[in-house]
Amino acid sequence: MEPGGVNYLLEFTYLIASILFIFGLKGLSHPESARRGMFMAEAGMLAAIIGTLFHNGIITYEWIAAGLVIGSVIGALMAIWVPMTAMPQRTALSHALGAIAAALVGIAEYTLHGGPEMPLFIRGALGFEVMLGTLTTTGSLIAAGKLQGFVRGTPVQFKGQQVVNLLLFGGMAGCFVYSVGHPSASLIFYTMTGLGFLFGVMLVIPIGSADMPVVMSLLNSYAGLASAATGFVLGNNVLIIAGTLDGFSGLILSILMCKAMNRSITNVLFGGFGAVRAATAAGAGGEMREISLNDAAVRLAYASKVVFVPGYGLALAQAQQAVRDLANALEERGVTVKYGIHPVAGRMPGHMNVLLAEANVPYGDLYEMDQINPEFPSTDVVVVVGANDVVNPDARDNSNSPIAGMPILEVDKAKSVIVLKRGQGRGFSGLENPLFCKPVTSMLYGDAKASLTALAHEVKNL
Amino acid sequence: MQSINPAVLIASLYVFVLAAFLGYQLISRVPPLLHTPLMSATNAISGISLIGSLVIAGMHKVDFHALASGGAAAKPSIATLLGFIAVISATTNVVGGFGITDRMLKLFQQRESVKSKGVKKGSK
Repeated sequence: MEPGGVNYLLEFTYLIASILFIFGLKGLSHPESARRGMFMAEAGMLAAIIGTLFHNGIITYEWIAAGLVIGSVIGALMAIWVPMTAMPQRTALSHALGAIAAALVGIAEYTLHGGPEMPLFIRGALGFEVMLGTLTTTGSLIAAGKLQGFVRGTPVQFKGQQVVNLLLFGGMAGCFVYSVGHPSASLIFYTMTGLGFLFGVMLVIPIGSADMPVVMSLLNSYAGLASAATGFVLGNNVLIIAGTLDGFSGLILSILMCKAMNRSITNVLFGGFGAVRAATAAGAGGEMREISLNDAAVRLAYASKVVFVPGYGLALAQAQQAVRDLANALEERGVTVKYGIHPVAGRMPGHMNVLLAEANVPYGDLYEMDQINPEFPSTDVVVVVGANDVVNPDARDNSNSPIAGMPILEVDKAKSVIVLKRGQGRGFSGLENPLFCKPVTSMLYGDAKASLTALAHEVKNL
Repeated sequence: MQSINPAVLIASLYVFVLAAFLGYQLISRVPPLLHTPLMSATNAISGISLIGSLVIAGMHKVDFHALASGGAAAKPSIATLLGFIAVISATTNVVGGFGITDRMLKLFQQRESVKSKGVKKGSK
């Protein structure tokens, strides 16, 4: 990196770090090897950081020490205190932190080495890094705000929004191209930086909370690619490798999430999903049948197979432990209990699995959509806890539905379904759910946590 | 770094493309069960951009005595300040990211003891 030549020891440390990162991700292919893998990745990170501290370009340690201490304290507090239910917000926030770090390194490099003597390719990578970094920073902050409830979760839309966004994007891209071609035009470079921050906000505000799994994955991908671009700017391979792995992980998750909703990425970003829904919601009709707590408990207790289907409502009600308690009571009576997890249940990929794992549900009992769907016809009772769209039969049966074609958990094929719901309203998505009116379905109104706890109590007393 | 040589550039592109393929292979094998820890782990790993911020934050000597007495010439450069903030955010990501990933992965490991006893022992 320095004119003096290559520091072979440092490069070797980076090589080791890269290898350890790869082993770390490989470990994630199974829950039992995952922790060991992460220890390797942590060791790689530590080696890379310590190695860098001996970098011959570093002549003062005050700022470094202060930054490391402040960052470690904040990070450690986050690691200890953030509850599992808040994992989506936390992750969005960390996308923002990763992206801002990349953007700032880019801007700092620009102030240090920017200008005509910087090679064209590096100028391109630097512009790309700053552009992606800035828009991911504000975009992730808005996403975190929406998830935490600081910002309205419903899509924020206005007339001409697409045009405004397109102009913003065009302006940003234009500044990028211009500043690559004219390295001395620092004003244009900083305009691009500003537009990047603005575009990030505009990109995420029109997106509804239900689409967050896709947005989270995309932002993950952008943050990673911004890091990879940093690697090109600094000529550092471990940065390129780690950033690319992160970027592609996000990309693959985005594609998986989109598939699970039967939508394209452009549709999620620019579709204005919330608006379409209100129009088609009026059609469905029918009577919802309520079930008493006692009847529900009896039905569960004398079933031979029960499947729980959790959704975001489970996280909202913090009901994961209550689900587990009910499942325990049922298992003690010899009932087989399983959990059906839709890929986009919750607000980020894998959200439900983490919550249920927190309540000590063995991961062998957590079933993916394709595994659990064939089992519903032989299931006596399905308990839907705070899930809606992912069990909506309209996705399968009604080609006019806004969610038509989305793969669902086919709970309506079970012998009976109990839906835990706060009230008779339509819930978040604003979409009518014919499942609630089907003959097999009974509704149990009330707070999910309270209902589950009461059910567990009743089952134990039977 | 200023005098970038095309061979280095080409090598970097090779690294990028190969890492992309490797990433595809590795990530495809991660079960949906672990997608949340995956996101948080890759996030922590890409906190490696910390090594870039470290060099920037430490490359200029700042005379704190002159700074305290108001010497304008001794002001830290903008790059140093930006590097400093970048060190904070990247460190937060590394420490927080690995910490939370480990906390989550621990939850997925407790299977044996739970299944046999059937009792929950609330872990936080």
